[in-house]
Amino acid sequence: MNWEAILMTIPYMTVVILFMIGLFTVLFKKNLIKIIMGIAIMQNAANLFLVSLAYRRGEYAPIFTSAESTEMVMPTAHALTLTSIVIGLATTALLLSFVIMIKKHYGSINTDDVRRCKE
Amino acid sequence: MRKPIAVLALLILFVFLAMGAIEMRPFGEPEETEMDDYFLYDEEEGSQAHNHVNNVVTAVLFDYRGLDTLGEATILFAAVSGVLTVLRELKKEGGKDD
Amino acid sequence: MNWKMSRIVRTVTNFLIVPIIVYGIYLVLHGHLTPGGGFQGGAVIASSTALLIIAYGTLGEHEKDLSSVEALGLTLFILIALLGIGTTMFYNFLAGAGGVFGGTIPEGINPGYINTGGTVPLMNIFVGLEVTAALSLIIWMMSKETFVINSEKKEVKD
Repeated sequence: MNWEAILMTIPYMTVVILFMIGLFTVLFKKNLIKIIMGIAIMQNAANLFLVSLAYRRGEYAPIFTSAESTEMVMPTAHALTLTSIVIGLATTALLLSFVIMIKKHYGSINTDDVRRCKE
Repeated sequence: MRKPIAVLALLILFVFLAMGAIEMRPFGEPEETEMDDYFLYDEEEGSQAHNHVNNVVTAVLFDYRGLDTLGEATILFAAVSGVLTVLRELKKEGGKDD
Repeated sequence: MNWKMSRIVRTVTNFLIVPIIVYGIYLVLHGHLTPGGGFQGGAVIASSTALLIIAYGTLGEHEKDLSSVEALGLTLFILIALLGIGTTMFYNFLAGAGGVFGGTIPEGINPGYINTGGTVPLMNIFVGLEVTAALSLIIWMMSKETFVINSEKKEVKD
């Protein structure tokens, strides 16, 4: 067994396992708030994948106060991840306000009772 | 009838993603890094010689890629407008009818 | 909601608001020297609004200023971007020229100097203003929908 090759794929396997946990929660749970939590877990898995693609072995954070310029990690993926986190926040805020309106009209947040549009 | 089909689809997706994760390049050895070397240490247009900023991530966000930050601020503004519209109060019975 | 917490909680909140806001302003202002910036500092200052709503129940007479502050932040951000339209949009016309935020830094590792950076610290301040007002508005709007479920909650006097 090649232990070095197995250790090198642990970050990507973590991303796959987190994504599967989020997808399982969206498909098989019946409470609306648990479904929203599953969507947030899937967004966090995508952000983790973006950050783990930009690593060079044995180097430091890309800030000139504490590292030389020849031993820095690649800084482009960190900027894309910041934008993606804000987009996840906007999605979650709008979904939660819809749950408040459903509770006012139907009286419950179980997906077995909220099947058809109310007159 | 719906549950076994969903479990089978989840298992097939997990096998595909796991096979893709095993055959990726090793963690920590990127191959083509010309764009980031241009941001970090070019002689005349890097981040320390061109716009005199110590934090490279903030310089990429606000100076080299400023239009993406403008779009992100607009998304935040539109989301807050949507929340304020859904949860407003009407003069009649209450809630957002019709 | 319109009930407030006990006197101990209100006194500790009065004491703790000032260090939280000072820490948030430090993160926003030093965004070009240490990890931080507009979005991170704005989220820290918005958490002080959540503390005020939990302890007091309402925000008083400042509820109508939040939407004006958010629109002002976004307008000033677009204005700074359009000021250098001679060369391109988002042009850094303050870097290196001895002006408000102009100044040069030596090569290699150096302790940071605030007077550098060009238009990047100004954009950090405006984005921090907008993110603070947006998150506070979301928290305040969702806190008006709480209701009491078959229990008797007395209002705390004084």
